Amino acid sequence: MEKLMHISATPHVRSQMSTARIMQIVLLSLLPATIYGVVHFGIQALYQILVCMGTCVVAEFLYEAFADRPVRVWDCSSLVTGLLLALTLPVSAPLWVGALGSVFAVIVIKMLFGGVGQNIVNPALGARCFLMLSFAGMMTNFTADGISGPTPLALLKNGETVDPLEMILGNTAGTIGETSMVALLAGAMILLLFGIIDLRIPGSYLVSFTVFCIFFAGRGFDPVYLVSQLCGGGLMLGAWFMATDFVTSPITPGGKVLYGVLLGVLTGVFRIWGGSAEGVSYAILLGNLSVPLLEKLTVPRAFGCRRGKR
Amino acid sequence: MAYSTFQGGVHPFKGKRMSKDKFILEYLPKGEVVYPLSQHIGAPAHPLVKRGDRVLVGQKIAEASGYVSAPVHASVSGTVKAIELRLTAAGQPSPCIVVENDEWYEEVEYPPVRPLEELTRDEILELIREAGVVGMGGAGFPTHVKLAVKNPNRIRYVIVNCSECEPYLTSDYRRMVENPDWLILGLKVMLKLFDKAVGILAVEDHKRDAITALQMASGNEQRMEIHVLQTKYPQGCERMLVYACTGREINSSMLPADVGCVVNNVDTVCAIYQAVYLGRPLTHRIVTVTGDAIADPCNFDVCMGTSYKELVQAAGGFRREPKKIISGGPMMGQSLASLGVPVVKTSSALLCLSRDEVASANPSPCIHCGYCVTACPERLIPSKLADYAERFQEEPFRKLYGMECMECGSCSYVCPAKRQLTQSIRAFRRELLAKGKK
Repeated sequence: MEKLMHISATPHVRSQMSTARIMQIVLLSLLPATIYGVVHFGIQALYQILVCMGTCVVAEFLYEAFADRPVRVWDCSSLVTGLLLALTLPVSAPLWVGALGSVFAVIVIKMLFGGVGQNIVNPALGARCFLMLSFAGMMTNFTADGISGPTPLALLKNGETVDPLEMILGNTAGTIGETSMVALLAGAMILLLFGIIDLRIPGSYLVSFTVFCIFFAGRGFDPVYLVSQLCGGGLMLGAWFMATDFVTSPITPGGKVLYGVLLGVLTGVFRIWGGSAEGVSYAILLGNLSVPLLEKLTVPRAFGCRRGKR
Repeated sequence: MAYSTFQGGVHPFKGKRMSKDKFILEYLPKGEVVYPLSQHIGAPAHPLVKRGDRVLVGQKIAEASGYVSAPVHASVSGTVKAIELRLTAAGQPSPCIVVENDEWYEEVEYPPVRPLEELTRDEILELIREAGVVGMGGAGFPTHVKLAVKNPNRIRYVIVNCSECEPYLTSDYRRMVENPDWLILGLKVMLKLFDKAVGILAVEDHKRDAITALQMASGNEQRMEIHVLQTKYPQGCERMLVYACTGREINSSMLPADVGCVVNNVDTVCAIYQAVYLGRPLTHRIVTVTGDAIADPCNFDVCMGTSYKELVQAAGGFRREPKKIISGGPMMGQSLASLGVPVVKTSSALLCLSRDEVASANPSPCIHCGYCVTACPERLIPSKLADYAERFQEEPFRKLYGMECMECGSCSYVCPAKRQLTQSIRAFRRELLAKGKK
């Protein structure tokens, strides 16, 4: 009897893209903001980033090993979680805060919900909010080079003036990864060029937020104010890297647009009428929770079918 | 000019370069030649010969056994050795007529040919039916049934599917470059059937030579136009092709004729030409023998019934050990457990790959990336449909238009988690279809 060949169901070829490859590209796209953060805030920022990434990977590996789950730590998704979390921490936060947040992100938010692809909210953002609630003082102490100073958004909220050029370049106070618009946009370009994300979520997010500000911030169409709002706080980091997180954003094209609009409006509400100057994290977390609903509302009409039929 | 296309689709590795510039070579089989009785959709043909009979090239050896059925003709001369179960590309043994080739290639006398102008509609359809022409792109639907639409005057477009969107395949491409006039004459026959229709030759934009050849050949034809399409898979799927050419959408329960279109594949149109202009039955077809395991990829003009094993030898044998052998293209073709199966009317290629990408891809959990949604030409949500299919949840599966899937494989191809999306959806969909028929 001659040797029989493998058979399989169609299609018999697969694209080169894999989960790990996607995560590696996301890491690459965060590199400009990471490098800028380290240069701007000093070597302490690098330590924080390494601690967070390392803790996330070790936590996932240990959980998988002890809970007898398939070990998927090689898909790099924990590295992304760790890096994103570190980028949302102020440089003055102690390293143990980063480590604790990383454990929370991976174990509580990701693994307890079923591991990669199953979490309901973005692990990095969930952990950040956990830290904000638990260690509010440490999380809002923005000290750079030994000088404590308020973030541009806080200044703006108090009615003071800010320099938009400094904000675009990133020479301001803030968390490790959020200050430089240039670095973040460079990373966003990488994501777009590799086809990892499309413009639906970040585009509708930024546009709806801008429109919301024009109507409700009380400043009308004031370019300097709008640019400061767009470049300030975690908006750019959130819009390009966190709102677009695959697992916690809608899968349908229409749902993506609605989701972006929802985030824009929520961010505007939190920033303009909320108690704190910042609102991106909470907006995205609430957005994450609405994803199943948005997907249900935006099932596309199948090719050649009338809506509502079948 | 913006090239017509559809929403979604993927760009798989082309692989056409290997055999693209190889002239069509005639290959004559040795030893026994095997004719499955079911090379088409519909009732299997029933044999007209018995063991020990001598048959000639072009002789009808099996007759259609119903309206949706097609006859089978011998492609060699020789004696009938057996009528028995043999393994076919579909994977299971099915009844076949086995002929021992005497290598004389003695032909039957074909009936005299009458000019196209004198033929009536029914006579043309009868010629096509008698010649055993079926859809040679892969489906194998009897062509005379497809062309016998209820109201011929409502057909506005006769589309020739020249897109050959499957990676690796070059048989249609070679046909267009080498015999564009056959295609034009075949299309003329169809335009005679449909008075109000325009003939569209739909070619993908990367097939420059084919476009030029068709332009030259169709130069002074009034009712024909060449439609250049974007190169993308599955551009050659009937629904996508009709949309790209006319902007009309059809769903799974409609036929192209419902929106005034008739779609036929390149080789089918050439077979129509041979049936009507030359009076010859369908006995040969072009098969691309290719893949990185093949020493010398070729396009062969092959007698039906030739064993794939012989074709591999004719293409120089294996260069590397093959891991996967596919009859047809890599996206929708049938993988074969062994090479001992015959070429049939729907075999467009024999693809031998040294790597089994399906076995080496390890499925991991869905990360909700939405690539499958972007890729799906039917605008479905494959990741969710596959979830429902795996849990046998009929209602949500139907509600998300699961029955519209045409199994093109784009979702499985793009999935970064390497899930078997198409497989799950297909299995459940077919189960529901079978249930619905009862």
